[in-house]
Amino acid sequence: MNTRTHYDVAIIGAGMSGLAAGIRLAHFGKKVCIFERHNAPGGLNSFYSRGGRKFDVGLHAMTNFVRPGVKGTPLTKLLRQLRIDRAEFALCEQKRSRIAFGPCGETTLAFSNEFALFESEVARAFPAQIDGFRRLVAVVRQYDDVSLDATAESARAVVRTHVTDPLLEDMLFCPVMYYGSATEHDLEFGQFVIMFKALFLEGFARPFEGVRTVIRVLLEKYRAAGGERRMKCGVARIVANQGRASALVLDDGSEVTADHVLSSIGALETERLLVGPDVVDDGGAVPPGNAAEGEWRVRAGGSEPSAGTPSRQSAISNFNSQAAPGRLSFVETISILDRQPAALGWGDDTIVFFNDSVRFDYARPEADVDPRSGVICIPNNFQYGPGRELPEGIVRVTCLANYERWAHLPEGEYQTAKQRWFGIIQRSARRFLPPLEQPDAFERATVATDMFTPRTITKFTGHIGGAIYGAAAKHRQGRTRLENLYLCGTDQGFLGIVGAMLSGISMANYHILQKRS
Amino acid sequence: MTKEECKKVVLDIIADIAPDEDLSNVKPDVRLRDQLQLDSMDFLDIVMELRKRHGIEVPEADYLQLASLDSSAEYLTPKFNALAAKG
Repeated sequence: MNTRTHYDVAIIGAGMSGLAAGIRLAHFGKKVCIFERHNAPGGLNSFYSRGGRKFDVGLHAMTNFVRPGVKGTPLTKLLRQLRIDRAEFALCEQKRSRIAFGPCGETTLAFSNEFALFESEVARAFPAQIDGFRRLVAVVRQYDDVSLDATAESARAVVRTHVTDPLLEDMLFCPVMYYGSATEHDLEFGQFVIMFKALFLEGFARPFEGVRTVIRVLLEKYRAAGGERRMKCGVARIVANQGRASALVLDDGSEVTADHVLSSIGALETERLLVGPDVVDDGGAVPPGNAAEGEWRVRAGGSEPSAGTPSRQSAISNFNSQAAPGRLSFVETISILDRQPAALGWGDDTIVFFNDSVRFDYARPEADVDPRSGVICIPNNFQYGPGRELPEGIVRVTCLANYERWAHLPEGEYQTAKQRWFGIIQRSARRFLPPLEQPDAFERATVATDMFTPRTITKFTGHIGGAIYGAAAKHRQGRTRLENLYLCGTDQGFLGIVGAMLSGISMANYHILQKRS
Repeated sequence: MTKEECKKVVLDIIADIAPDEDLSNVKPDVRLRDQLQLDSMDFLDIVMELRKRHGIEVPEADYLQLASLDSSAEYLTPKFNALAAKG
């Protein structure tokens, strides 16, 4: 039982970024505690058990895969910073993935962990575009994507200067956006670069046991370094006093203090925890998912200086004015099969990004779900080695969804809606996989199904609006209005599972370890 | 501590920070950055490991002293010896 009441650093959330930050800080002798409301670690990349089976959530594949010997990429930086031997993750490479566009996937671009395949596919399907594509790739390779203060540019605008066919443009944006964009239609070019490198120039891999292996390695490192964690013990309130986070009130009502607080739960989610003399709540009780009207603001014209220096003041207004919740959420269907997907003829595709419409529309749908586009993930189709295969077949399909619609359904209707959409999503995705010899072979092979919705995401992760990529506005430097409270994770803005861990590392280095002790 | 021993201390730290680097042929008079893939994050770690393992403080203004093994030994050996003398 951890009963200390003061820490050098308190971390809110035991997801990838919180755990990575915790490992760094504990390794260098800081007294650290991670507070996690849920009973399982992992945050947005976690797992659960149901009917004796373990299901992964979040992670389809670990992006950013590079082979041993390739240096200077996010994966290598991460392994070094956390003192993880790459053998501990035991990553197995993907077989091959595809981007499939058109009503039945008529235009397809295959890619793998060998970038040459993708380049040759673009040359085959879009011969007039290949020179522009190569120029774009050169720009991407040269871009400094780890800068904490890069200027914002539209990725669509930059890409269009090189790629002039809207179909190819959309085919490039589809995987990039599905695997990390918190903004609709377009994203910042810097974010595009991070994801393009992570998906195409680097690649996909997965530990045999999925996300559980990654979480287990992180937990072991953290514990060995002397870090503490309290599970089922969230932070209920952050007490703000004279521009600082002076105390944390935990879910059980007890209080702890910390010199530094690192929050991985999201910018607006963190804002909502603030209480104290510096803070006024001018929106009354804030209903979930309706945050824009209920922002916390620093009290104007108060007699005390509410948050310190003028430079900090500008950071504050920035932090508040951008505090709109993310609009993008997802549903995912999971089918468990009594055989390997290869037995159905689905043994080649690791991930398939699909879209059936003239343009790719990455936006919050009007309806509950937008089944026109999505991502199919078949975890069996990684190269696990001879004779090594997952015990059951798994097919996951992810589509864009509307949080508001799911959030307000009464329980009975919610279950009915899940069943109805499950069928629609399956039928939509099937158009982009090889045809079955018998049309009902997939249904007959299915032994269990599950589905999560935006409502599930908010329930288990606390992310407002089921927004797994967080709010549209990112806070690269991780600053908040309080001088000793910092953000890491989704709203800091490094993307993907590797990005999440690098976010925790960067923020721990930048705000805490690099400071003079 | 001799300068040779000091170089060994620095190499041991680099071996732990960057186990994927081959350290068998590191030239003492060539900048570490020019023969190994070390970035600013890695140099920060060398400094922090010196503090953690040996109680040696390297102020930010002196980071350049750690450019090569020779310059590191030149800079760090007196610090190690001063620390040992204090007991």
